[in-house]
Amino acid sequence: MSIFSTKKSWINLTIWVLIIALIISAPSVLPVFRLNLLGRYLSLAIVALGVDLIWGYTGMLSLGQGIFFALGGYCAAMFLQLNSAGEFPNGIPEFFGLYGVEKLPFFWEPFKSSIFTLISIWLLPAIIAGLLGYLVFRNRIKGVYFSILTQAALLVFFNFFNGQQKLINGTNGLKTDVTQLFGQMVGSEIMQRWFFWISAVLVILAWFFARWIVRDRFGNILIGIRDDEARVRFTGYNPVIFKTIIFSIAGGLAGISGALYTVQSGIVSPQFMTVPFSIEMVIWVAVGGRGTLLGAILGAVFINYAKSLVSEALPASWMFIQGGLFILVVTALPEGVLGWIRKDGLRKLLFLIGINKKLETYPSLEVNEQGEVKG
Amino acid sequence: MQLILESLFNGVAIGSVLLVAALGLAIVFGLMGVINLAHGELMMLGAYSTYITQLIFKQVSFLKPFYDSYVIVALGIAFLVSGTIGILLERTVLRRLYGSPLETLLATWGVSLILQQFVRSVPLAYGSGLVIAIFFGLFSPLFISDDLLHGARGKLIRASTWGFSALLGVATGGVLSSLVSKLSRASARNVDVTAPSWMRGGIDFLGITFPKTRLLIILITLISVLVVIFFLDKTAWGMRIRAVTQNRPMSDCLGISTETVDIITFGIGSGLAGVAGVAVSLLGSVGPNVGGNYIVGCFMVVVLGGVGNLLGTILASFSIGIMTDLIGAGRLLTIWPDMPSPLYSTIDFFATTSMARVMIFALIVIFLQFRPTGMFPQKGRMVES
Repeated sequence: MSIFSTKKSWINLTIWVLIIALIISAPSVLPVFRLNLLGRYLSLAIVALGVDLIWGYTGMLSLGQGIFFALGGYCAAMFLQLNSAGEFPNGIPEFFGLYGVEKLPFFWEPFKSSIFTLISIWLLPAIIAGLLGYLVFRNRIKGVYFSILTQAALLVFFNFFNGQQKLINGTNGLKTDVTQLFGQMVGSEIMQRWFFWISAVLVILAWFFARWIVRDRFGNILIGIRDDEARVRFTGYNPVIFKTIIFSIAGGLAGISGALYTVQSGIVSPQFMTVPFSIEMVIWVAVGGRGTLLGAILGAVFINYAKSLVSEALPASWMFIQGGLFILVVTALPEGVLGWIRKDGLRKLLFLIGINKKLETYPSLEVNEQGEVKG
Repeated sequence: MQLILESLFNGVAIGSVLLVAALGLAIVFGLMGVINLAHGELMMLGAYSTYITQLIFKQVSFLKPFYDSYVIVALGIAFLVSGTIGILLERTVLRRLYGSPLETLLATWGVSLILQQFVRSVPLAYGSGLVIAIFFGLFSPLFISDDLLHGARGKLIRASTWGFSALLGVATGGVLSSLVSKLSRASARNVDVTAPSWMRGGIDFLGITFPKTRLLIILITLISVLVVIFFLDKTAWGMRIRAVTQNRPMSDCLGISTETVDIITFGIGSGLAGVAGVAVSLLGSVGPNVGGNYIVGCFMVVVLGGVGNLLGTILASFSIGIMTDLIGAGRLLTIWPDMPSPLYSTIDFFATTSMARVMIFALIVIFLQFRPTGMFPQKGRMVES
């Protein structure tokens, strides 16, 4: 076991060094367009961390993380719009005028304050996730039923946001490009560089936070729920509380991620709540390696980068690649790439193509009943 | 009275599309616990089959006199096309994933992406050729005597049937693309299926006009439901399917080939998706995304109705259909114009199609608070059901 953990930490250390090096060197190497893309993908890594917490650790496959992602985005975008709306009639964002709204809807009023916004970006999605989760978990709805319900909830939010022009500009969404923050255009190069740094730092903080959640007894309960929920209940724990808390945390992370993504992509719209986007979040985690927090980050960043590169070169082929990735990762690589590497995958691969000799060991010690190599 | 009747008819019409689409999903989900996110795309294949059948009937001279009956032929073809693809999916991907429903969910989503892009970037003629190749490749070994399929010679024979099927597929693709020029190019644009003349217009009854297409869809649904009930209740394979749905390990022990049951069920479930596709193609234009609009509604039907219960599926789809019409078209307001003002404004707020969905979802969640396993839950004594 000790050998295993040192090996694991070596892999982790290597990857972290690579990530930090990448983040530090990126601003000076990449043109601002690519840097902005990388910043967006780093912010997506935060929502992926949340998905990993609820799916990889707790075994609940949510297909509705887009709800919380978009909510965070809307909070941030509305704050920016409200604070740059001075020159528009009635001092409210321009789009309200198009639909004949003269007074700011009351629930947007508090978003004029920056502190309120900074809190609500994560607290609001967390509360909504908690409520939604509690109602679902209380009835012991789980497994695929949970997934279907979250997907339906996503669709409902999508329809709601899409239809409400007068409150949130409906299908057009809220633009943040041309708004002002600290006297700078949000879409400007300086601001985008800043947002890149903020995303990078927040990804690392989110990783530490997620790590802190799963490393102790709380994390053990989560894994227990994933592996055998009934047994956890019989042992005297109430899974509902733990599931609600972790779902709410994942919602909060999604909110932060959505806010960062919004300010970097320049717009938040109901498109963030479409069904494919939320399922994509799951595949980032699945490819990176579920139950490995680092895998979620790597998966989110690399798959999205690959997506943008492939879509630029061969637009039609990305759907095939993505579809194939879904099938491949569940049939051939259920542990994800990182989990596979940690399980000696590289050495096995080298052995398969005949580069490395198989190590001589005592098979009885290393192989469990199913014939899988331990550790 | 007239209003209520009209509303009821619309609701039943909406519900019957949902029902025929959800029927296959419900059977498959009940039997294998597989969440088939590609179900919508199997519907899409059914819709495209209708389109192709229609074009063939229009272009090929000896089929022209029968143009008006293409819809009926399309039903059969759509069933076979979607069923074939469904069986292929089951044999290649889902087979490895039984017992892990969340994984099947992701894998079938991948399949749905591939199918969507497939109809966008492959000419429909060659797409049909591929389906024909798969169809004959999968089913021709069934007609060869078992003795021939053993050993090395058996492998050779299997391989040669696949080779033969592939040739057949390529030939079909070539013939189709030369016959019907519209099918020879790939296109991402939506296509339209025109209903034959006898299906246009409506029937006047009690002062209300019932559109014929909707009546036909209700008829298709009715027949599908009756056939499925007959198949499940009266035939030997139907009984085996029910047995495996109730208790898989025990059925296995009693000598039922669960593998064959899986294939048959998945084939029928997917075939029904194809039939639903025909219905959908009669309602609007057909595009790569046509299935996605229905899939979540279908899942809501399955969740609301309870797993493995046809009556639940039927009731759930009709109640969702009627609710959609009542709320979405603002009919409650016309039926009861003097309702108190706060209620009036609330209902008015939800009186659009998209907001009706919001409302119905909320109602379903409230319903699940009281009956977490749907209207008709499966009975069992397990902790984990």
